[in-house]
Amino acid sequence: MEKTIIKVGLASCGIAAGAQEVYDRLEAYLAENPLPVQLKQTACIGMCFEEPVVELSGMPQGSITLGKVDADNIIPLINEYIQGGTPASHVILAENCDAPRNELLASQQRIVLSNCGVIDPTSLEDYEAQGGYEALRKALAMTPEDIISVVKDAGLRGRGGAGFSTGVKWSFARVAPGDKKYVVCNADEGDPGAFMDRSVLEGDPHKIIEGMIIGALAIGADEGYIYCRAEYPLAVHHLNIAIQAATAKNYLGQDILGSGLNFTLKVKEGAGAFVCGEETALMHSIEGKRGMPTIRPPYPSESGLWELPTNINNVETWANIAWILLHGAEEFRKMGTKDSPGTKVFALAGKVAGSGLIEVPMGINIRDIIYKVGGGMKSHLPFKAVQLGGPSGGCIPESLLDTLVDYESINATGAIMGSGGIVVMDTGTCIVDVARYFLNFTQNESCGKCTFCRLGTLRMLEILTRITEGKGEMEDLKRLEDLAVNINKSSLCGLGQSAPNPVLTTLRYFRDEYIAHIEEKRCPAKVCSALLSYRIVEDKCIGCTLCARVCPVNCISGSVKNPHVIDQELCIRCGECFKACKFDAIVRE
Amino acid sequence: MHKDHVNLDALIYKYRDQKGALIPLLQEVQDLEGYLNPDTMRYISAKLDIPVAEIYGVATFYSMFRLKPQGKHIIRICKGTACHVSDVDAIKTALMDYLKLGQGEDTTQDFRFTLVEVACLGCCSLAPVIMIDDHTYGKLTPDAIAGILDKYAY
Ligand SMILES: Cc1cc2nc3c(=O)[nH]c(=O)nc-3n(C[C@H](O)[C@H](O)[C@H](O)COP(=O)(O)O)c2cc1C
Ligand code: FES
Repeated sequence: MEKTIIKVGLASCGIAAGAQEVYDRLEAYLAENPLPVQLKQTACIGMCFEEPVVELSGMPQGSITLGKVDADNIIPLINEYIQGGTPASHVILAENCDAPRNELLASQQRIVLSNCGVIDPTSLEDYEAQGGYEALRKALAMTPEDIISVVKDAGLRGRGGAGFSTGVKWSFARVAPGDKKYVVCNADEGDPGAFMDRSVLEGDPHKIIEGMIIGALAIGADEGYIYCRAEYPLAVHHLNIAIQAATAKNYLGQDILGSGLNFTLKVKEGAGAFVCGEETALMHSIEGKRGMPTIRPPYPSESGLWELPTNINNVETWANIAWILLHGAEEFRKMGTKDSPGTKVFALAGKVAGSGLIEVPMGINIRDIIYKVGGGMKSHLPFKAVQLGGPSGGCIPESLLDTLVDYESINATGAIMGSGGIVVMDTGTCIVDVARYFLNFTQNESCGKCTFCRLGTLRMLEILTRITEGKGEMEDLKRLEDLAVNINKSSLCGLGQSAPNPVLTTLRYFRDEYIAHIEEKRCPAKVCSALLSYRIVEDKCIGCTLCARVCPVNCISGSVKNPHVIDQELCIRCGECFKACKFDAIVRE
Repeated sequence: MHKDHVNLDALIYKYRDQKGALIPLLQEVQDLEGYLNPDTMRYISAKLDIPVAEIYGVATFYSMFRLKPQGKHIIRICKGTACHVSDVDAIKTALMDYLKLGQGEDTTQDFRFTLVEVACLGCCSLAPVIMIDDHTYGKLTPDAIAGILDKYAY
């Protein structure tokens, strides 16, 4: 009899959606009912909007993936599969027949995510079965200089945001004088709205580790750190399991695979500070100090951790290395554009239907990402803007959706490629509120070292808050622009330098919306509560009294079965009545 | 001074010779005692010969460290972009109501819960999201809050 393999996606997104309950239910059921079935765990395949996701394979009808399963429906679903059927209602992917999400996966090109949602991330054997650690064996037979030239020729650019050539960076660390060097993986992923690195860390930790070992061989480092943010407990857990397994197999440790080379790797947990994603701050944090950025030069390649030569790369950058070594620079360059070769992983979130993780070749345009790969908008509200690059990035309007995804084209819009967070916004999102949101974020996260970053952002935040409260004046727009220029010029690190970007791009593309807030005291998206008012439509109100009961300040009066009225003087514009009314009798203006 | 030196001493001993160990040490001390109290920081300072100012500086720099006693369960509410545009503020209001927290308060009187804000929990596709201890809850509605919190007994 054929053996069915059941894989449950147990990444944090799956667990949050109830995947652990599904797994536990299956485990209990299989303990009582011995079936020809093997139960395994995997991580996130990227279709977070379909979580919990379960893949079934091994039967003649081919592998199928089910979405939105739960502990109650999973048992009949697997039984149907084991008996040779394909449960139509929950299939999202299928090997041998049409399924709703087949195209979504086919439109991607997966190097970094190739194993995510496919292998059990806690199993080294699973990783090896996919060709894992073959690149390391190949690298061990090469000279460090040759490894570096492959990475250089591939044209890989840092995926942490700035897009600096990885091969060139490695060569600096290689030639830096000194016997003791370090490699570091930046897994701080502080950018709110981005979760690419989390998925890779949770779903395929060995890929990052293999990349780091190869990097260490290339630059001559014998010690490495993965700096992972503490909000990712599952990632830290999987990394530690992977490091242990790799050490046991001598991929890590002393005299790696008999080569005479040594490399040990440790995970360092962050402690909650966005600025620690900046490389100099990150290294101070590893040293156990306050994570304050310092002036470069000296660059980490000359003087990094404990003032020794250090090479630091982002998670996704490291995850590209093994593939490049194995397939060569030329194959890598077949994907993407001339100046931005390869693929990029994006985290799609916000008001897009297919939120989750995707990996696409560079050079695709943003419209295709949202409408083809992402499946379009989630709600009935139309598209308004897309935010790229988080607090250092910007908001791009509809008219620029054909912008190509490569470092230079995105920079030209005023946004940045950033680490790959894409937050889609519909007309229900207020652009001024979004700008204020980001300023609030950078203001909070500023380490306080540079005056303009510390106080300039505070002034900008005050102005933006004033505008969202209807107390702004036209002169404020000029003040925002002046502050932006000065903060950018007088901040030491990228946090301050790029903090004004969300305001500058929204002022550039959505100036009308600022003006509506200032001159008309109106929030077109109906978000800024101080600019809204609520009114009861007399002939729609049946006098059910619900609104009067939910009102926290008792400003709604009226008797049963008679239309009610809101006292505008007392109303605090909380919107509770609007949400509660079942007869659409309350309007928000 | 300190009641329970044995566990604390064991932690200090564990990290004594490691470079850059202050942050993980403080994290474990916080796990042990619930927060970093001034006496503990002074004790660590004397034992490891690190100035108290440096320890205090680190403890106040990182948002994970708490200088006040905290509740048994930590609720982290996501203030990331995806959650912001998915109205996480309504979830926050529901949490504050349920926990009976006033403006500026973060810990319930019975020390059952502490509510903190974090930038992004990395589950943005399930926005709005909160995390209680190590468990993440997504696609929340204000109505779901009571049912979730009831599961966390004192
Ligand atoms: C405020 C700030 C936050 C940053 N956060 C991150 C981060 O979370 N992850 C990351 O990889 N790089 C981050 N960076 C970029 C790093 O400083 C650095 O450029 C990157 O780790 C280099 O790796 P790469 O060349 O592989 O991209 C941040 C930079 C700044 C200024
Ligand atoms: S924005 Fe809330 S989880 Fe990322």
